[in-house]
Amino acid sequence: MTAEAIHDHASEPPPALYGIAAEFDTSEALLRAARAAHLQGYTRMDAYSPFPIEGMAEVVARHPNPMPRIMFLGGLAGALTGYGLQYYCAVIAYKINVAGRPYHSWPSFIPVTFELTILFSAISGLIGMLAVNGLPKPWHPIFSTPHFERATRDGFFLCIESDDPRFDPQVVRRFLSQQGAKEVHDVED
Amino acid sequence: MDENRRDIDVDVEEVRGRLEAARGPEYWRSLEELAGTPAFREWLHREFPRQASVWTDEVSRRGFLGLMGASLALAGLSGCMTPKAAQKIVPYIEQPEKLTPGIPRLFATAMEMGGDAIGLLAISREGRPIKLEGNPDHPSSRGATDPFAQASLLTLYDPDRSQTVTHMGRPADWEELLAAMTAVSAAQRTVAGTGLRILTGTVTSPTLGAQIRRVLTAFPQAKWHQYEPVNRDNVRAASIQALGRDAQPLYDFMRADVILSLDADFLLTMPGRVRYARDFIDGRRVAEHDAVVAKMNRLYVAESGVTVTGAKADHRIPLRPSEMESFARAVSLALESPASTPATNKPANPDQWAALIAADLRASGPRALVLAGPEQPPAVQLLAHAMNTRLGAVGSTLHYAAPNEEEAVDNAASIRALADDMAAGRVQALIILGANPAYNAPADLDFARKLDALPPNSFTLHVGLYNDETANHCQWHCPEAHYLESWSDTRALDGTVSLIQPLIESLYQGRTAAEVLAVLLSQPRSNPRDIVQDYWRAQHPGPGFDAFWRKSLRDGIVGANKPPTNVIPSAGTPASGLFARTQPAAGRQQPAAGSQAGAAGVPQSAIRKPQSAIELLFRPDPTIYDGRFANNGWLQELPKPITKLTWDNAVLLSPATAKQLGVVNEGMVELEAGGRKVSGPVWIQPGHADGCATVHLGYGRTRAGRVGDGQGFNAYLLRTSDSPWSMVATVRKTGRTQPLATTQHQHAMEGGEIIRAATLKELRERPDSVRKVDKHPSLLPNYRYDTHRWGMTIDLTACVGCNACVVGCQAENNIPVVGKDQVSRGRAMHWIRVDAWYQGAPEDPRIHFQPVPCMQCEKAPCELVCPVGATVHSAEGLNEMVYNRCIGTRYCSNNCPYKVRRFNFLQFSDRTTPSLQLMYNPEVTLRTTGVMEKCTYCVQRIEKTRIAAEREDRPIRTGEIQTACQQACPTRAIEFGDLNDPDCVARRLKESVLNYELLGELNTLPRTTYLAGVRNPNPALEGA
Amino acid sequence: MAAEMRHTNAAEPPAESERGIEPLAPVLAPGQTYASVTDKISSIVLERPYHPGWLIGFGISFALVLLLLFAIGVLFTIGVGIWGINIPVAWGFAITNFVWWIGIGHAGTLISAILLLLRQRWRTSINRFAEAMTLFAVACAGLFPILHLGRPQYFYYLIPYPNTMKVWPQFRSPLVWDFFAVSTYGTVSLLFWYMGLIPDLASIRDHARKRVSQIVYGVLALGWRGSAVHWRNYESTYLLMAGLATPLVVSVHSIVSFDFAVGIVPGWHSTIFPPYFVAGAIFSGFAMVLTIAIPLRRFYGLQDFITHRHLDNMAKVMLANGLIVAYGYVMENFMAWLGGDPTEVSSSMDRMFGRYWPAYWLLIACNVLIPQVLWSRRARANTALLWVVSLIINVGMWTERFVIVVQSLHHDFLPSEWKMYYGTIWDWATLLGSLGLFSALLFLFIRFLPMISIYELRELVKETGGGKQRPDLMSATPPTRSKL
Repeated sequence: MTAEAIHDHASEPPPALYGIAAEFDTSEALLRAARAAHLQGYTRMDAYSPFPIEGMAEVVARHPNPMPRIMFLGGLAGALTGYGLQYYCAVIAYKINVAGRPYHSWPSFIPVTFELTILFSAISGLIGMLAVNGLPKPWHPIFSTPHFERATRDGFFLCIESDDPRFDPQVVRRFLSQQGAKEVHDVED
Repeated sequence: MDENRRDIDVDVEEVRGRLEAARGPEYWRSLEELAGTPAFREWLHREFPRQASVWTDEVSRRGFLGLMGASLALAGLSGCMTPKAAQKIVPYIEQPEKLTPGIPRLFATAMEMGGDAIGLLAISREGRPIKLEGNPDHPSSRGATDPFAQASLLTLYDPDRSQTVTHMGRPADWEELLAAMTAVSAAQRTVAGTGLRILTGTVTSPTLGAQIRRVLTAFPQAKWHQYEPVNRDNVRAASIQALGRDAQPLYDFMRADVILSLDADFLLTMPGRVRYARDFIDGRRVAEHDAVVAKMNRLYVAESGVTVTGAKADHRIPLRPSEMESFARAVSLALESPASTPATNKPANPDQWAALIAADLRASGPRALVLAGPEQPPAVQLLAHAMNTRLGAVGSTLHYAAPNEEEAVDNAASIRALADDMAAGRVQALIILGANPAYNAPADLDFARKLDALPPNSFTLHVGLYNDETANHCQWHCPEAHYLESWSDTRALDGTVSLIQPLIESLYQGRTAAEVLAVLLSQPRSNPRDIVQDYWRAQHPGPGFDAFWRKSLRDGIVGANKPPTNVIPSAGTPASGLFARTQPAAGRQQPAAGSQAGAAGVPQSAIRKPQSAIELLFRPDPTIYDGRFANNGWLQELPKPITKLTWDNAVLLSPATAKQLGVVNEGMVELEAGGRKVSGPVWIQPGHADGCATVHLGYGRTRAGRVGDGQGFNAYLLRTSDSPWSMVATVRKTGRTQPLATTQHQHAMEGGEIIRAATLKELRERPDSVRKVDKHPSLLPNYRYDTHRWGMTIDLTACVGCNACVVGCQAENNIPVVGKDQVSRGRAMHWIRVDAWYQGAPEDPRIHFQPVPCMQCEKAPCELVCPVGATVHSAEGLNEMVYNRCIGTRYCSNNCPYKVRRFNFLQFSDRTTPSLQLMYNPEVTLRTTGVMEKCTYCVQRIEKTRIAAEREDRPIRTGEIQTACQQACPTRAIEFGDLNDPDCVARRLKESVLNYELLGELNTLPRTTYLAGVRNPNPALEGA
Repeated sequence: MAAEMRHTNAAEPPAESERGIEPLAPVLAPGQTYASVTDKISSIVLERPYHPGWLIGFGISFALVLLLLFAIGVLFTIGVGIWGINIPVAWGFAITNFVWWIGIGHAGTLISAILLLLRQRWRTSINRFAEAMTLFAVACAGLFPILHLGRPQYFYYLIPYPNTMKVWPQFRSPLVWDFFAVSTYGTVSLLFWYMGLIPDLASIRDHARKRVSQIVYGVLALGWRGSAVHWRNYESTYLLMAGLATPLVVSVHSIVSFDFAVGIVPGWHSTIFPPYFVAGAIFSGFAMVLTIAIPLRRFYGLQDFITHRHLDNMAKVMLANGLIVAYGYVMENFMAWLGGDPTEVSSSMDRMFGRYWPAYWLLIACNVLIPQVLWSRRARANTALLWVVSLIINVGMWTERFVIVVQSLHHDFLPSEWKMYYGTIWDWATLLGSLGLFSALLFLFIRFLPMISIYELRELVKETGGGKQRPDLMSATPPTRSKL
């Protein structure tokens, strides 16, 4: 898959550079390199690892984590929908004497309200997460990096991207190899 | 055409297979399968079998019969029309006019049954009767009905009724029969009718009687025999002995304070039942009045089996049949020797009971009444006569009227005579009108074989509703017209005569008995209406006849003046004349009776009984009577009042006897008497007398139809002409078992407050002894019901457990029959059920009846749990069921503490059998599979009345709306009305101290409440 | 948030020994590496040939699925009358099965959510298929409420949608609550499960040789590339979802218990039902996890990942919940006695000594007496015994639901309407069929999806000090093969 993808791209006129990726042996090495790059003032970079590495996001991320807010709003919407729906049905749209209970039997309306809160929050969670991560995204330039399939097994990659204001191919290549990268590759866009 | 013919062939084969396979419950489905077959549908399109001839050529006879059986569609459709204008039938109250679709009209008519008649009003929709109610003006009904009358509607539409004249089992037609009969009558004329015999049941129709007499005059040597399996031979014999002539005792329970019934089931099976039940209960209504002033009659019942009458008794004494006479004698003797007033207040044996009862009877003198059931031997009848005379009850609580029969005979003798003539070859032509001797004649006569043994050149004709056992043994069979299809008349027990007018064109070309006899009188084409009219014109000559005729038809009673409201024959009716004559006769006998000390005067009839054996009682079945209703699904599925068994009869034993015989419920026993054997399943009946067994007649039919065939066992096979009601038999355990389907397994209340009862004494001492606090505090708001508040009360004192309400409801609300298998699975569909509760020792428990319809709770548990709002509350407080919204979660039923909801587990209601479609009440939806249903307080009646009231721009009148159960109830145990209406009876009753809510502690606020059952035991018996 | 969690995880083993707990079996056998775990798990999906054992097992399950379909066909053509239900016992096997399955469905979410929040590292190897089990159990459970309807074709009346009748669902009915609870639970479990799968699907995508699997898993993986930012959002979402799923699990079975507790039927109408149902659910859920896990680890040689420690912990959870359930049984009768309401008393007497007594004592034996063997560590260590006990508990819990549903209904307020209920052949066919459906789905899952969360195992490798080894060393630790 990746191989062909590369080929497709290669067949295009002079390929622009997406960034320069380096593979590291361990998560510690990767984290070290990332921190160094951060100190160097690189801002546009990303790290790829087979499992989350703590502290890594703080180094490479440019925005705070939006998920809690998204899911809270989702839940809130669910709660309002749930109770509103029941109130509308039982008190406004279909007002009828059932078992001599009051039209607005609020205790009976709690369970559904609760369930919808959870439901909406969970759905907004997954969809939100994918949206924020820009997924699904079947193709991404980084996939063309040699051995990148190891990123989901035991490979640790750091990629400094070409749109970084301080991006200079030579400098970056040199910097990354200094960080003890096993291999350094250009990542074509 | 050829191709068409081919697939018809195929279908006929299928049809035959299906019809053969059809049994009991399946019956309700087999026809719809049948209707599914292409040929049948195509046939239906063509409305009439234009090509029947084409078929008969190529189709086997059996197959053709099969198709005919299935093709009731055609008959049904052709029957679906208003009666011919030529023969105006006159509606009740309103004058006949152009029929308006959708507007039901009432027609007065009457139903004849086993020598008794009840006046009815038939509700007709679009020219077809859909419901029967009692005729309020008719003294034998007073607006109420019994289960039989209610269910007779289904018999009218029964697809199994015979549909064609048959000769030697081969379909023939009326013309062929006419030819044959004309020939026969010609032949018989030459010999003055020496070989002509007519067999009927008990005839109470003046017209038919006259017709038969004309036949007898035309054929002087001909004989008329009558046989009714459930007859009044004993009563007749006794009154001939006591009074010198046959007379029918009529009882006036309204006047009676103390009643002793010697095995007389006057509340359910005895002729006059509906009126008797009403009068008896009127004599003990407490709820209306303040308990202190209320007065109640007291009923002592000595009986062997357990009947509803016994259940309603204040004191019930279980006795073996053989003990009945000595008991009666003991009472009678005690009556005559005033000295022996009992000291005991806990009678241990019948004699002590006798003394005690005698004392009570004597105390109320002329206001006492002793009655003996028609099943009791003449000796007991005579003792009853003697006691009544001694008490001076005659003329007060008891009257002697002329029998309502055209010609009262000794049925047993009559049928025996016929059998002998047949055996002796003296019979060349036998015409059986309505009777079914091959099935129910005494076993010793072996009637069926004698029928077959008749010489081939002799002529035998059976006229009946069904092509039944007897038809099977006759050369000719002719479908009889159902009474709702007939012009006729009938005389009720008290002598009241009613005209019977047809409500619908004959569905299956049935003929009335009179019509058939007319052929013998060489008036072959005579019209049944003319026959009746001619008879009455003869009775009422002169110009006023038309008015008289119209009035009689309209009122349902013949005669200018309506009979008095009680059953004492009023002046001018034959009865009183007889009464006048019989009094001196009786008087003449009095000294004699006195000198022979009344009781002693009655010759002691010897009773012998081997110890090993058991006494057997034959009794008419409480639901299918003598078997005539065997093919009536409503009655088959109607739980027997006490046992709650359906679809079967059983050998009813007392717990002790069952223990002694080592048998349990559903265990088969073989009964043997006189070398004849019958085996049936045992059912243990608490309260049954020890050492004897009750078997009900009417089951074990072989040609009743697909519903009745093969249900239960045939007790007639043991019954002989000399011992028709009880005999000594041996019981043998067979070790086999046969499942029985009962609707109530548990008769003990398990300490629940389900039935509240009190004695009159308790009530007088502590008027609120039954009133308990039902209400508990509730957080829920109370809805206001400002327009109407429908509510119901059910008086447990008044309910006699007869089940009329159940069948009435079934007819009104199109409630399906589900069959024995489904009943035994617990899926009976009745919207109202009558629970029978036992209290006390199993030897002689006190039995309470409790009808349970939907309680229409204001805080209905069922509504709360319905996820789709298929059951909700109306603004008038009805707990409504929305069928087309119901998805069938059945949660409502689970949450209903009264378990009154019924579920369509399968497609129970028959939506295809055409004749049944004619019967259904068009105002009530037919329910489909998977839908919950229940009592609606007959909401369709409420709405109908509301519309009428609105059209007339008036409020709904008090008592204008009657629910079906209320209307059917003989004892007015059920009252329904608008609780916002100050005059509403139900409202007034709810204020009675007896009023209580069933399971009121659940705070369901039921709209249906009960009035506690009050009994009036003899104060001399403490704690009894 | 995620970060600090890592810390405590890393710091766990010493912490535990400090707590003076006897040295625990490891949650992961030593010598495993990122690569080895990845290859081991994904190889089951990618390289393993169809195992005859798998084929037979799947074949049997599939036969049962066909039986289920047939039974449903008959049901829909003839009606619920083919079952033994009647009036008064209008609910029978269908609802019993529903409650049983939904109960089983609780362990999955419980393990993956609650244990995640409690930071129980031992959950890692079992959460994935526990979640799958949840899904399949919920699927089976979801069948019954629809099947048991008299008119299933109208089940959508439960959904609040504007319609020409202008009628809406009746939100006071526990069945509506049920409808929302179960569908929510199903959806959330699915999302949670799929979300957990994404990184592993990516792994499989990247190691797939066959084009088909590359495409299929590629599509499913949504182009996951393990970016650090993605990992951050991913983890916090996952954690939040776990936070949601936890109260959800509790609410769902509480609501299921409302179906009974809200009713007025003696034997149903009891406030103890919610907690006692939830405990029962966890009880049966863990039993089912064990019933599946024990054979699974054996046949697929996963002893390194599903270690004795896992089994031991689950056995303890079962024991604890078993005790809560037992408490529930005692309280039911005690409350009936204390309240003194004749119908309640009569009902609980009937429960113990009435016509259905065998069912009651069977459930007491299965759910209360037999599980007591789990007090002994040796019993817990004996996988065969553990498996048998878990089976018995499954049976016991089904019987418990049967008793609650049927016995209570057959014996309520008016003795005149007391009637017996017996399951018909169709009742049994449907139950068996649903078991078949469950196991069939399970077989497909273990064959086509990573049954253990790979990326979490990799974390585990890191935390347990494992790490990267060169390929040549990897072959030195060949994965243990199954005997079959």
